[in-house]
Amino acid sequence: MQTPIYGGARLEIGARARNIPPQFEAFPLSDPKSWHAIIQATLKANAVKLVTYVPDRVFTPLIKSLHADGDFITFPCTREEEAVGINTGAWMGGMRSAVLMQTSGFGTVPNALASLVVPSQIPLIMFVSERGVFGEFNLGQAMVCRTMRPVLDSLAVVNHAVTRLDELEFIVDRSIKQAVATQAPVCFILSPLLTGGKVFAA
Amino acid sequence: MSAPSPHHNAKVMNRFELTKRLVGKLTHGEAVIGGIGNANFDLWAAEQRPQNFYMLGSMGLAIPIALGVAIAQPKRHVVALEGDGSLLMQLGCLGTVGMRAPHNLTIVVWDNGIYQITGGQPTASGSTVDLVAVARGSGIANSAWAADEEDFDRLVAKALGGGPSLIAVRIDDKPGVGTTDRDPVRIRAAFMAGLGVKR
Repeated sequence: MQTPIYGGARLEIGARARNIPPQFEAFPLSDPKSWHAIIQATLKANAVKLVTYVPDRVFTPLIKSLHADGDFITFPCTREEEAVGINTGAWMGGMRSAVLMQTSGFGTVPNALASLVVPSQIPLIMFVSERGVFGEFNLGQAMVCRTMRPVLDSLAVVNHAVTRLDELEFIVDRSIKQAVATQAPVCFILSPLLTGGKVFAA
Repeated sequence: MSAPSPHHNAKVMNRFELTKRLVGKLTHGEAVIGGIGNANFDLWAAEQRPQNFYMLGSMGLAIPIALGVAIAQPKRHVVALEGDGSLLMQLGCLGTVGMRAPHNLTIVVWDNGIYQITGGQPTASGSTVDLVAVARGSGIANSAWAADEEDFDRLVAKALGGGPSLIAVRIDDKPGVGTTDRDPVRIRAAFMAGLGVKR
C-alpha cells in the first residue's frame, strides 16, 4: 500500500469518524508537512509580509498560525475587494502581500481585478479555498464556483488548482516568483483534495 | 418635520479649491490616493505630485489602497481622497481602518450628496447618512465635519500630526476641473517611483 501523503482527503475518513473537521485533525499546527505550514513557510521564504483575509473555515489553521507568527502582519477585512485594495497599496508601498478568501468571496472581486489589479500590473497573490465541488450541498456555492475559472481565464490571470501536498511548495514558490517578475497576479485554488475541504452531514 | 441635516452646520465649499489647499500643506512627501472620478480630477488639476496615485477604476477602494500604502510605509503619511458615493459603496473599510488604527492615515471625504459624475442622482448621505457619525462609530475617533475653509486647514494640520483621521467636507455640485492621464501602468509606476519603491 502506498504511504499516504498528508493530503486532506487521504486522512479524512478517520477524522470524520470522530466528527472532527479533517483540517484540524490531520494537521496539527506544529506539523511542518501540513498544507498550511507549507504555505506559511513559502510565503515567508518569498518575503511576503502582509496577509489579509476574509475568513473561511478551511483556512482557520493557516490564519491562526499567521496571527501567531510575528513575521507576518495579518488581519481580517470586511470584504474581499477591500483586501485586494489594501494589498495593491501595500505592493505600491514596497511590501509583498497575499490574500486569503473562499470561493464565494472571489465572486465579489472581478471588478477590482479588471479595473485595478490587471491594468495596473499588480502581482496580487490570491489563495482561494475551493468550495462548490466534491460533495457540495449548497447550490449557491456550486454556482459561484462555476464562475471562478472563467473570470480568471477571461482576464488572463494565471491560476493553479492545487490538489497535491507534494506539489504545493513548488507551485506556490515558483508562481510567487513569476508573479513578481512579470508584474502579474496569480490565484491559487486550494482543492479539497489538498485541504480536506468542508465536511458535510450526509 | 424634516430630518436634521447629516452635515450639521458645515459650509458648502468647493472640492478643487480645498484640494489645492490640502496639497499646499503636503511638504513631507505625503502619499495621496485619489478616488475614482472628481476626487481624482481635482487632485490632478491641483498638482501632479509624484506621490499621487489616481485610481481609475475599482470604485470604493481609495481608502483600502491608502491603508495598504500606510502599512507598507509607516513613516510616510498617506491621504485618501474619496467621494461620498464611493465611500458608501465600501463603508466596511472604515471599520478596518478603525481596527488597525494607522497613525499615518488621513481620509478626506468630499460629500455633495449626489453621484455628480453620473448625472446628479442622490446619495444616501445627501439626506440621511452622516458619514462622520459612521466613521466615529467605526472606531475613527478623530472624525469631523469641516465647518469652513479655515476649519479644514486646522483639521488637516491636526490629522497630519497623527491619525487615523477622517475629515468630511460638504461640497457643491461642480464637476472636477481637470482630467487625469488614463494609463494605469504609467500612473502606478510613477507613484511607486514617487514613493521610492523599486519594483
